[in-house]
Amino acid sequence: MIPELGNFALTLAGVLALGGAGMGLLAPLDEVLQRSAMSMVLGQWAFSFLAFAALVYAFAVDDFSVAYVANQSNTLLPWYYKVSAAWGGHEGSFLLWILIMGSWMLAFCLRSSQYPQHFTTRTLGILSLLNLGFICFALFTSNPFMRLLPLTPADGADLNPLLQDFGLIVHPPLLYAGYVGLAIPFALAVAALMEGRVDATWARWCRTWTNMAWAFLTCGITLGSWWAYYELGWGGWWFWDPVENASFMPWLAATALVHSLSVMENRGTFKSWTLLLAITAFSFSLLGAFIVRSGVLTSVHSFAVDPERGMYILIFLALVVGGSLSLYAARAGQGKVKVGYSMLSREFFMLVNNVVMVVSLAVVLWGTLAPIGYEALTGGRISIGTPFFNAFFVPLGMALLAALAFLPVLNWKRTRAETLGSVYQALAIAAVLGVLLWFVLDPASVAVASAVALSAWVVLTHGQQLLSRWRRGRLPAAYLGMTLAHLGFAMATLGIAVTSTQSTESDVRMTPSSTVELAGQRGTVTGVKDVQGPNYKAQQGVFILTELDGSDAYELRPEKRQYLAGGNVMTEAGIAAGFFADTYISLGEPLDGGAWAVRLHHKPLVRWVWLGALLMALGGIVAVFDKRYARRRKAAADHVVLTPSS
Amino acid sequence: MNPKRKQRLYLTVFLLLVAAGVTALLIQISGENMNMFYPPADVVSGKAPVAQTLRAGGMVQDGSVMRSGEDLGVSFILTDHQGAEFSVQYTGILPDLFREGQGILVEGQLSAGGVFYATEVLAKHDENYMPPELMELQGIKPGAKPPSSMPGYPSASPDSRSAPSYPHDS
Repeated sequence: MIPELGNFALTLAGVLALGGAGMGLLAPLDEVLQRSAMSMVLGQWAFSFLAFAALVYAFAVDDFSVAYVANQSNTLLPWYYKVSAAWGGHEGSFLLWILIMGSWMLAFCLRSSQYPQHFTTRTLGILSLLNLGFICFALFTSNPFMRLLPLTPADGADLNPLLQDFGLIVHPPLLYAGYVGLAIPFALAVAALMEGRVDATWARWCRTWTNMAWAFLTCGITLGSWWAYYELGWGGWWFWDPVENASFMPWLAATALVHSLSVMENRGTFKSWTLLLAITAFSFSLLGAFIVRSGVLTSVHSFAVDPERGMYILIFLALVVGGSLSLYAARAGQGKVKVGYSMLSREFFMLVNNVVMVVSLAVVLWGTLAPIGYEALTGGRISIGTPFFNAFFVPLGMALLAALAFLPVLNWKRTRAETLGSVYQALAIAAVLGVLLWFVLDPASVAVASAVALSAWVVLTHGQQLLSRWRRGRLPAAYLGMTLAHLGFAMATLGIAVTSTQSTESDVRMTPSSTVELAGQRGTVTGVKDVQGPNYKAQQGVFILTELDGSDAYELRPEKRQYLAGGNVMTEAGIAAGFFADTYISLGEPLDGGAWAVRLHHKPLVRWVWLGALLMALGGIVAVFDKRYARRRKAAADHVVLTPSS
Repeated sequence: MNPKRKQRLYLTVFLLLVAAGVTALLIQISGENMNMFYPPADVVSGKAPVAQTLRAGGMVQDGSVMRSGEDLGVSFILTDHQGAEFSVQYTGILPDLFREGQGILVEGQLSAGGVFYATEVLAKHDENYMPPELMELQGIKPGAKPPSSMPGYPSASPDSRSAPSYPHDS
């Protein structure tokens, strides 16, 4: 009964989306219809919420007559995983996607008093149209409420053990909030094109939403990387896997958008380019959904055999991209403002950022699609390895750091070269630091020393400006946010450079009471014992780690788990997490004579990768709290507002 | 040509050059880092190149897995059960789902003597998902529905470089 109600609620949400789209797009100037478009958006959220609640309820009470529940859950599963299993599979995660879409629309309604009424209505109409597409996809190709009647299984197939984890509870909602959040800048861009109103005020409206969506996306990707690190059991944190790339591509586009919006708001230029980025960012969200959900990754053939979901998304993608780009082609470029700027200006350095982001996007897109294209054309199979991505991302990252170091002292329009003295002083200090570290630590290559020096340079120039602005009492939230995000970027790059070159890893054969040395520590196995979990049994290795002189002893207990329901085997690493380094042990396989194959890692600064990324996200959120974005009743000035350079 | 047009022309030419350069680099570098996949028949017949990084796959022959007594060296034979088989040498930890009779992928180089020196061993990702190359080998029609459908299921492979993935693709 409850699942049928859920299905009904989802259908109603779809009907309201249709209504909202119709009213929002066809009659944005009629006051009565404006209000009803708004209430239809509220309705979409409410009914999506009910549908989602119904699914969670089906999981909570182990209703295995629902096919999706039977595939994803099991009576032995702890209750919190039963709830999170609701978004552990394709159908349920898409329902979560719809709920999050509804929530963003709701948030937009709540803040809509600062935009002109007809503009709000148009935007909500576009968002409703997109939501209609999502809801139809769920109802027609991926309905989570399908029943298995009368052949109801006695127990469920169990949630994949890799997903029985805290990471899975929080990672998808955050990531989806990012993906779907990019729909708002998209809708704002399309509404602006329809109204022929593209100005600095529009950019100010758009920035809040873009920053929030970008921050969610950043957190989501970071959590995914962290989850892969501790849960896959083998110490890697980024694999250039197509599924990861699918989330990285919209992130790159959104990062470019965050920066070009800043230029547009402050200087009134970069208009057409910004609109294009807003459309691109959301299009890559949809492309990611296509790559991940169509089965095209498994094989082009599997996509051809079961093309239903893939074709649906592909057609939807074609409509969204085709429609918005046609509108763009027809309308963009109107009302061009000619604003000059020199090479030494913030505008130019923002342009550098945008070029780097777009090139990165091209690299990731190529690396992701080339194997698919190759298979479609020749039938042969290829894989593209990590060195391909590194060949581009190492120099691009360095270039970005170098450009970033100049940013704090740059003004809009032009900067006198004489004012750059402090930047060069900081460069000197950073270079000395990099060379010193190179000698002391003897890193693998000059590239690491340069990464250290460049990161230090960014930290120094940003720190110096931050301090001087704070002393003068001129530190608006937007500037603070920018500084935090840039410091986060430097921190993450430093972490990536150091952990990917300075980590030590060894695979060894260990018998009880044998010892092994790893990066200045001594590891001893005291034994391997059997332990019993709620829904698995495991063999647990007990390792004692000490400094070489015998001090600082601690214990790690990696496990090899076998899950009772599906029989899946999983490696659960033992990790001693530290701010400066992690020690990471995983059990391989049992060998003859009571020995075990064991992998030990020492990973310096690996946490900086994620902490840096979180700092970036925090910066994006802090910037939203700048005074100029504060809710204003009648801020909807209909002309260009150029704020003086800050 | 007036100066404004001239400027625009320069900009366009510059952008085109940059785009062409990036594209050339993409093709060049991805070509260098591309690994082809070969089934056992191609490895045996010599169709697979020697001393180049490539991927091969097959079923682990029953009784062929030999572990060294001292270190983590291991050797096994991959077969397609149709007469083509080759032996693989590997040092390190095998994936959780590596078993005799199971389909697996290896990445590494083929020696002139026909022995495959693997740097990575990838097994089926979990009980439901297997790499698409292997599905075709085992004659399973790929994608009779991508298994409930989780293409990039995280492989619990010990080789960090090869382990895909993520829960959100479920």
